[in-house]
Amino acid sequence: MELKEKLISSFLAFENLVDIDSPIHDVRSEAIKTFETHGFPSKRDEAWKYTSLNTILKHDYSVFPKHENAIEYNDVKKYFIHDIDTYKIVFMDGKYSSHLSQTTHDGIDVCLMSSALSKPKYQLIIENYFNKVATKDSLTSLNTAFSQEGAYIHIGKNKLVAKPIQIVHFSTGSESALMLQPRNLIVVDENSHVQIIERHQSLTDNPVLTNSVTEIFANKRAIIDYYKIQNDNENASLIDNTFINQKQESFTSMHTFSFGGKLTRNNLNFYQNGERIDSTLKGVTIIGNKQHVDHNTLVHHIQPNCESHQDYKGIFADNSTGVFNGRVIVNREAQKTNAFQANNNILISDKASINTKPQLEIFADDVKCSHGCTIGQLDEDAMFYMQSRGIPEKEAKALLMYAFSNNVLSSVKIPEIKQRITKIIANKLGVNIGFDL
Amino acid sequence: MLKINNLHASIDGKAILRGVNLEINAGEVHAIMGPNGSGKSTLAAVIAGKEEFEVESGEIIFENENIDELAPEDRAHKGIFMSFQYPIEIPGVSVTNFMKTAINETRKAKGLADMPANEMLKLIREKSELLEIDRKFLSRSLNEGFSGGEKKRNEIFQMAMLEPKLAILDETDSGLDIDALRIVANGVNKLKSQDNAVIVITHYQRLLEYIVPDFVHVLYDGRIVKSGGKELAHQLEEKGYDWIKEEVNA
Repeated sequence: MELKEKLISSFLAFENLVDIDSPIHDVRSEAIKTFETHGFPSKRDEAWKYTSLNTILKHDYSVFPKHENAIEYNDVKKYFIHDIDTYKIVFMDGKYSSHLSQTTHDGIDVCLMSSALSKPKYQLIIENYFNKVATKDSLTSLNTAFSQEGAYIHIGKNKLVAKPIQIVHFSTGSESALMLQPRNLIVVDENSHVQIIERHQSLTDNPVLTNSVTEIFANKRAIIDYYKIQNDNENASLIDNTFINQKQESFTSMHTFSFGGKLTRNNLNFYQNGERIDSTLKGVTIIGNKQHVDHNTLVHHIQPNCESHQDYKGIFADNSTGVFNGRVIVNREAQKTNAFQANNNILISDKASINTKPQLEIFADDVKCSHGCTIGQLDEDAMFYMQSRGIPEKEAKALLMYAFSNNVLSSVKIPEIKQRITKIIANKLGVNIGFDL
Repeated sequence: MLKINNLHASIDGKAILRGVNLEINAGEVHAIMGPNGSGKSTLAAVIAGKEEFEVESGEIIFENENIDELAPEDRAHKGIFMSFQYPIEIPGVSVTNFMKTAINETRKAKGLADMPANEMLKLIREKSELLEIDRKFLSRSLNEGFSGGEKKRNEIFQMAMLEPKLAILDETDSGLDIDALRIVANGVNKLKSQDNAVIVITHYQRLLEYIVPDFVHVLYDGRIVKSGGKELAHQLEEKGYDWIKEEVNA
């Protein structure tokens, strides 16, 4: 049976598992119909022209993994930012892992989507926010239909959340092939500030397909720093659909570090519903072998006097392929918009490739919008310069690549993340450079 | 220390060096002068190991070892240093981190452990003072946005940090005002000893007022066509290169 049919027929069984009286019952039913109509996207869809899901859809994924596994913290510690105190919401094969998590209800809610969907005290937030910014495209709808578990974070007014929150989705490999559909909801109210780190990690070489949806609401003057660390093994694929709704004077930054995985597609959508909003989208992609990373971004400037900053760097080795499609829409009302976009790429192999496409749709006349993309090789003169000072070729290459990524790394606000990323980059490049840039 | 025998080198099939012979001993300063396009910078780059240049024949012997096949970093580890005519800008790498990496990689090649941080700091302080370099400058990205003079001073600072046996200064005087020239020359002179050697590649006699050569060679059309003492530099300054060309062509 093809995956699409399997998912549709599984839906009835799934509905019996969850509460039919749940307020989102109708939302789920509607969503599965959308998925049934459209199916998985194919290369015929403009937005998927350079990313084919064909190979990853061939596996016979288990849709309802069996529960229970005995993973200890020490087995997976390395996948956490563990040198600082954090809240943790951890899932194993889509199920909440209480012993690895550290949740809270103390002034803020850092807990589970399953509780939020079932308990009356969260009902108002669910009604107001759940599935309100996510689009109705087929993959997001598929996730909505199966929405059951994920992170639920609600930060009330005027809270400065002292500890970062880590959301980690593990797959254990107890299924031969596994499909996961985590659903996260993050609501940050007026004047509050939170830092969030998200990671998807497979613990074996079995194929995993994750179709994740995260909805983020930054209310008035909220500040959200969000980091996605994508360093999964090369049998795991991720379709990450993130939707961010910003209200006036809010600041949201999203850093996406893509080093691992077989196929990674980031659908990152910002909607600026207010004035004087600032949105930052940055990414570093370093891949090799036959890896594929696709950044598909949207910044929708709806109101006047807002800014957006996009800066994506990519380094592609071996037979790896990259895609950057950066769409910026500036509505007619969104005067005085400042929208910047840069996408710089280095190909270090003749067989690697990148398709990069800025897509600006500007309907206002008093705006500053810029975009630029470059594709190049490592600078040979710079290589010789460094080598002539005694820095070996491999280290010189690594240093140049660090330098190339540095614009993005320098805006990471949690030093431990910066260190971790630096270390991952060094590992990836097979060098040991004893300092952080 | 360095012995170059009948060196022929080309780039993209075009012959640039056509039989260079040169011998340099420890404790000596050699100036290589010559008109534009005579092959001066190529000679420097070939000694430093730039791969774009093809060594067609001849040999470069450094401390009794043929270094023709060595990568640039291996030559650097052996003590060869070239000050670039046009130092490369490397955004995102600070001067300090660049130097730390260069020094520790060189130590690693010699089987030594990394230099302790306090020792490194002391060395950086000492050598930056020698070149009258502001401390703030050291945390800036390497050469990025540096003025011509700052770039050249930074080259000599790197030389001071690495303490090479053989330093090749490729047109270090170009783009320097008189104060910077004095600082750079003073730096080079302070580093000079009986155990190391310097090759000064220059167009003009100006720098040689400050870094006084023991020998002056004229490179023309890919060959050293005339050698002499420091007075040869004065002659060239006065008379230009035409008389040399005539001599050679005669």
